[in-house]
Amino acid sequence: MERFHWVRHRCRQLLSVDSERGWYSPPDGFPSKSSLQRVSGKRRTVLARHGPHQQEYEAVSRKYKGNGIRTTKYSLLTFIPMNLFQQFHRSLHRFANVYFIFLATLNFIPIVEAFQPEVSLIPILLVLLVTAVKDIFEDHRRFKSDRLINNLLCQVYCSKQKSYVDRCWSDVRVGDFVRLSCNEIIPADLLLLYSSDPRGVCYIETANLDGETNLKQRQVVSDSSLQGSDFTPESFHSRIECENPNNDLNRFKGYIEHSGEARVGLHSSNLLLRSCTIRNTETVVGIVVYAGHETKAMMNNSGPRYKRSQLEKRLNTDVLWCVALLIVMCLTAAVGHGLWVKNYRHSVFQVDGEISPALAGFYVFWTMIIVLQVLIPISLYVSIEIVKLGQIYFIHNDLDFYNEQLDSRIQCRALNITEDLGQIQYLFSDKTGTLTENKMVFRRCSIYGVEYPHVENGVISGMSLPPVGERLLLGKSMSCRSLSCNRSSVSLHTLTAESPEEEDQLSNHAAARTGAFCSRMAKDVVPDPELVRKLNSLCSSTLRLRDSSTESLSTLELTYITDFFLALAICNSVVVSSPSQPRHVVPEAQAPLKSLEEIKLMFQRLNFYSFSTPQIKGSPRSFTSKLFTRGKTGSFNFNTPPSNSIDGSDLALDTSQETYVQSDEDSDDELLYEAESPDEAALVHAARAYHCTLRGRSAKSLLVDLPGIGSLVVQLLHILPFDSNRKRMSVVVRHPLTGQVVVYTKGADSVIMDLAEKRRGSEQAQEIYKHIRQQTQKHLDMYAREGLRTLCIAKKILEEDEYEVWLKRQLLAESSIENQEELMLDSAERLENDLTLLGCTGIVDRLQEDVPETIEALQEAGIKVWVLTGDKQETAVNIANACKLLLSNDRLLTANCGSKDACAALLEELLIEVRREEDGEESSLHSTSNFILVIDGRTLEWALQDELKASFLELSCKCKAVICCRSTPLQKSQVVQLIRDKIGVMTLAVGDGANDVSMIQVADVGIGISGQEGMQAVMSSDFAISRFKHLKKLLLVHGHWCYHRLANMILYFIYKNVMYVNLLFWYQFFCGFSGSVMINSWVLILFNLVFTSVPPLIYGILDRDMPADTLMKLPELYGAGGTTKIYIPATFWITILDAFYQSVVCFFVPYFALAGSDVGILSFGSPINTSALFIILLHQVIESNTLTWIHMLVLLLSTILYFGFVLIYSAFCVVCSHPTNLFRVETVQMSQPLFYIICALTTFIALLPRY
Amino acid sequence: MVKEEQEESPNRPDNTAFTQQRLPAWQPILSASIVIPMFVLIGAAFIGVGVALFIASRDIQLQELDYTGDDSAHPCYKCRSSTEKCTCSMTFSIPNLFKGPVFFYYGLTNYFQNQRKYGASKDDNQLYGDLDYFKDPSSSCDPYTRDSRNIPIVPCGALANSMFNDTFSLSHVVNGTQKIVPLNGKGIAWWTDYNVKFRNPSVTPLINAFNGTKKPTNWPKPIYELDTTDVYNNGFINQDFLVWMRRAALPDFRKLYRRITHDDYVNGLPAGNYTLTIEYNYPVYSFNGRKKVVLSNVSWMGGKNDFLGIAYIVVGSMCVVMSIVMLIVYAKFKFAEDD
Repeated sequence: MERFHWVRHRCRQLLSVDSERGWYSPPDGFPSKSSLQRVSGKRRTVLARHGPHQQEYEAVSRKYKGNGIRTTKYSLLTFIPMNLFQQFHRSLHRFANVYFIFLATLNFIPIVEAFQPEVSLIPILLVLLVTAVKDIFEDHRRFKSDRLINNLLCQVYCSKQKSYVDRCWSDVRVGDFVRLSCNEIIPADLLLLYSSDPRGVCYIETANLDGETNLKQRQVVSDSSLQGSDFTPESFHSRIECENPNNDLNRFKGYIEHSGEARVGLHSSNLLLRSCTIRNTETVVGIVVYAGHETKAMMNNSGPRYKRSQLEKRLNTDVLWCVALLIVMCLTAAVGHGLWVKNYRHSVFQVDGEISPALAGFYVFWTMIIVLQVLIPISLYVSIEIVKLGQIYFIHNDLDFYNEQLDSRIQCRALNITEDLGQIQYLFSDKTGTLTENKMVFRRCSIYGVEYPHVENGVISGMSLPPVGERLLLGKSMSCRSLSCNRSSVSLHTLTAESPEEEDQLSNHAAARTGAFCSRMAKDVVPDPELVRKLNSLCSSTLRLRDSSTESLSTLELTYITDFFLALAICNSVVVSSPSQPRHVVPEAQAPLKSLEEIKLMFQRLNFYSFSTPQIKGSPRSFTSKLFTRGKTGSFNFNTPPSNSIDGSDLALDTSQETYVQSDEDSDDELLYEAESPDEAALVHAARAYHCTLRGRSAKSLLVDLPGIGSLVVQLLHILPFDSNRKRMSVVVRHPLTGQVVVYTKGADSVIMDLAEKRRGSEQAQEIYKHIRQQTQKHLDMYAREGLRTLCIAKKILEEDEYEVWLKRQLLAESSIENQEELMLDSAERLENDLTLLGCTGIVDRLQEDVPETIEALQEAGIKVWVLTGDKQETAVNIANACKLLLSNDRLLTANCGSKDACAALLEELLIEVRREEDGEESSLHSTSNFILVIDGRTLEWALQDELKASFLELSCKCKAVICCRSTPLQKSQVVQLIRDKIGVMTLAVGDGANDVSMIQVADVGIGISGQEGMQAVMSSDFAISRFKHLKKLLLVHGHWCYHRLANMILYFIYKNVMYVNLLFWYQFFCGFSGSVMINSWVLILFNLVFTSVPPLIYGILDRDMPADTLMKLPELYGAGGTTKIYIPATFWITILDAFYQSVVCFFVPYFALAGSDVGILSFGSPINTSALFIILLHQVIESNTLTWIHMLVLLLSTILYFGFVLIYSAFCVVCSHPTNLFRVETVQMSQPLFYIICALTTFIALLPRY
Repeated sequence: MVKEEQEESPNRPDNTAFTQQRLPAWQPILSASIVIPMFVLIGAAFIGVGVALFIASRDIQLQELDYTGDDSAHPCYKCRSSTEKCTCSMTFSIPNLFKGPVFFYYGLTNYFQNQRKYGASKDDNQLYGDLDYFKDPSSSCDPYTRDSRNIPIVPCGALANSMFNDTFSLSHVVNGTQKIVPLNGKGIAWWTDYNVKFRNPSVTPLINAFNGTKKPTNWPKPIYELDTTDVYNNGFINQDFLVWMRRAALPDFRKLYRRITHDDYVNGLPAGNYTLTIEYNYPVYSFNGRKKVVLSNVSWMGGKNDFLGIAYIVVGSMCVVMSIVMLIVYAKFKFAEDD
């Protein structure tokens, strides 16, 4: 239908281009020419469909696609031509089909025809038919899903009824106004014009697009005239100019032009993308700018990938050998026939004796090609595809790859490289999210240079916990579980989600059984008692200080701690929601529990007391002073007596931790944090464990609970989001209590430590600060050694005027269009300096379950495992240790150097060392130590350069494993490419994040881990699994099986063809090489295509050379070692020889049995053909490692089909199939004992060597 | 747990033996304890069949008479290059009773009836009696579709054109007088060929059907005169024609000419001297062919052929020998293990 639309549009357009100038007078001073240019240029103009610019709308929008989508390749009418074209176009089949066509046309040339022309068309037709049926099936599935999507309803504004009416997605056009409610899916790319949210924001979830389940904020076009509660499409008179459709999800540029010539810029934050989901927003209205196939979602939608497997490449050479064999056989026949014609020139049976022997030979050459065509295993290509589909089916259905938590199974995206899984020699793995859970758990932290080990966090599993802890854990794990359930429910490939109740039940169950599972408590933090005590003392310090119970706790430290947790809670882009109320319910302006004033008072009082402590005295620029000296509203009121409410709160805070936790439980359980990165979530959860709870977020403010204070509204001024260049993110807020502008920064330790180097202030403060820095650095190093991910937290207080200056530049940067990114970066860097280091955090990223076992098994299987990570060296080595990649007696070779020359020298040195060790090993033969190379990103960059490639390769080949840390995505792919191309091995890359995409694409087999970091890796992968441990079974069992199955199937297929064709070839020696056949042509053609085609498929899909558990237990059986390879030239030729032997037996036994008798030509062929069938089928029985009832059934069916066909055919077909009319031959033959005697003998002798 | 199973997600793969690839399978492992008895059994069976075949083949009597006449001493030598109608006779003796029913074959060697174009050169529809194809024979008969004056040839094609046309008579020399041995020409072709596949057009007299057609160039007389005595042996359903039209598989072949089933010879040919008289027409010297007459009787397994019997016996014995060897190896291995 779309096609016709297009044609119609096209016609109308052609017609109207001329007529337009006549009657069309452009309003608003837009010359029609320029508007046309806009349409045809790199921009598109969008107007309201039912607005005042009706005519212009028609003119402008006719080129734009409707919102209906059609992903099907064919329609009913076009199927046959299109499919034929596709089939001949597809590279895989091209050769095969051209060959078939060639044969068929050859057969239409009378002088060389071997069979009737119809018969020779059967193979090509059958192959095309099978492929077409497969295509129809796939296309129908697409059609159904298209129809489903196209018929979804959405509310579109209708000018006639002056209201929104339900309309199908497919009827939405560019320029339509679409109204969406919460949790609805966006039907097309919309420009957000109105949101029910008073701040004009709306949240969308892009899980369907990129798998990221965090909420993203979208902003109404920043224009006062549109925003407001009474937005009506009628009043929309503006013109939208934007880019032409493209597939960049994060780019959208354009402007909206109002009738009053005012232009407002448009950004990607104004665009609601198709197939995303509206969340947390009541109602939004948008105008469609891109529809249907022009939406960004559809333009990003690429189909499954086609990779050519290694085996297929080898197969092609063997097919060429078959061609060579065919040519040799045909040449033999041609020469033989020439000689024969010469000798028997004038005999009575010579039909055209006039023809010269050479020409006769030439003709016979072509005839023989037709007769022996089966030798080229063309149907093999189709068979391989079918077999691979079967293999994929089994991989897809393997229960071991099912992940209950995510309700996901393995996804097989590439359909034709199953057997490559069985040949992997190098495995490149990402670390985070691949080897590890990528579920970050706050593990330890260091504030003010004091380390809080959080002992209980470390030993939490397996230990009996105090009742409080357990309850806390349980409750939190519940909420955490439902969060992850939430995630899975929206991921692209899970169709149904488990209900949260069930999940909770599950987690309850698990928790009750084993106390706690590692994976189930990912975000649970048991507070460090020491830190809790300190934090409590903050709240109760007033009392304590009043009692003059002097503690070692300084107020400065307290401020650090408070700031630290405040930073943890707010320095992020976490979106808060709650499961019971999916819409954004945490109201921004919820009244704090206590009046702000009261809290302020309390804080100030605390501050006052702090000030009086001698330690801080005389340091005017100390934190506390700075924090509170310039309160916006508050003025110091030293004499404010403690009010009742404060007393009450103090009392409450002073009670035991248990009650505290409990009360917290009651109110907090509902909160769900959806973070961009798991680190962020971990930190927010950690802060929450210390009762610094992030309660809500809006565009301009944050709602935070602070211990002992209650809810505070923090005015959010800016967020400088994380980017990989800066390696940090910042928030600029106005402090709720002091009103100061504060910058909280969180980022990689290396960056923050540099930025936080200098510290203004008195000497004493500097002294303290230096100490803090040193201590923190020490702790950071310790964390890294433990394999923790470290982040530093820092803050900076901006003077009002300082802020003003910065703000101007920032606004300038934001509004600039040209080099916005650079300016933003610049602006951020100007802000993020002179930071004050607050502390650092250590986040543990737990290893996934069974990772060490899997790596061990893979290494035993002869696969070299490399870890390529962007993490720090210490962390990487630590993880390598944890997952047994690195054993205690392995020797670590570390390559870190600062220059290329140093790198060259180092590589040389390491190489010499390794060589020496190797020589030593050879002589002594007892050393078991292996080398592990650890190389960092910088060194890797040099090592990957041309001059050093060779030595790097040699070195890495001699190492058991290589760990590349601090490597960029590009380097990852370069390493994979280097290994793949230079060593010529099968490589597998596994990763979960966007940074692994290039590596996954470069590797022979790319595996994506569908985890927390979005779907990019999955989308670019060949297989997507949910856990690293699944690799073990995928490679060791399925890879092994698939390879064995396919290799054996191919060999069997070739054997079958060669064996059968040779029967015909041998006969040529007895019929003057004339291309005569002793078998009916139909039977001949169908023999391969029908009678013996299914058993090899079953063999290829179901055969198991070894049981799964054996393969799992003995990884050495994996085929990568080279010893167990099946499909190598030797086996190919052995198979060919075997086929030759069998064909000789199969031909000559009947020959000797019937020579000299009065046997007819077809009667002679009958026992030969029947024995061939038995031999071929029984050969498979012998070759098969396992026989199930399916095998038996198929073999039986094949036999029955053959006999049924020949018997019926020979019984009823009187004049057909000239010249090999089979009439009654078989029935006569099969009534004679001699037939069976010959068949039995032939079959037995042919198969005897197999025993 | 039961509840969980009930509420299984549809995304969860089915846990069946098939999808989990746990189908019970029979693995053809060949252990000595199976192979050795199996080989012995098969070997015994093969030897049994082989002996039976061998005996059957040995009992078949065979008398071959080459009458090509390339040797100047041969009585048929004169006919070799004669273009006239030529008759020659050969005498032979049968030492003891040639058990009946005796089959009378003619044999040709070096004759490629299985050549592709030759074999294709016929028109099945014409031979089925379809008059349309009388007027317009299939082009597959080329170059024997029409004669030089473009008159269609019936039966067309090289196969029919080259029909064997030597005729034979056999006489038993009894007390010095020639006693004609009656030769039965009925039922020598396949029943289906005679009754179904080949048909005369339903025109009486038969000759009218062939108006406007020519006989094959090599033929001395048209097809409707092949056997003027028996209307059921004339035209396309002439037995000799049918036999010829069923092509031989191999270049050295024999075809059934007659059977000896009548009179005194029901039980076979008694010992004594016989004379074979040959009307020598068919030329074979151009392709170094040989012509012969074969007298043979048949058994349940067909004609005389020692190959099958011997092959069976050899293979059977091989099996037995192999099983013995395997037994020895197995025993040694086992004893070694026991030690």
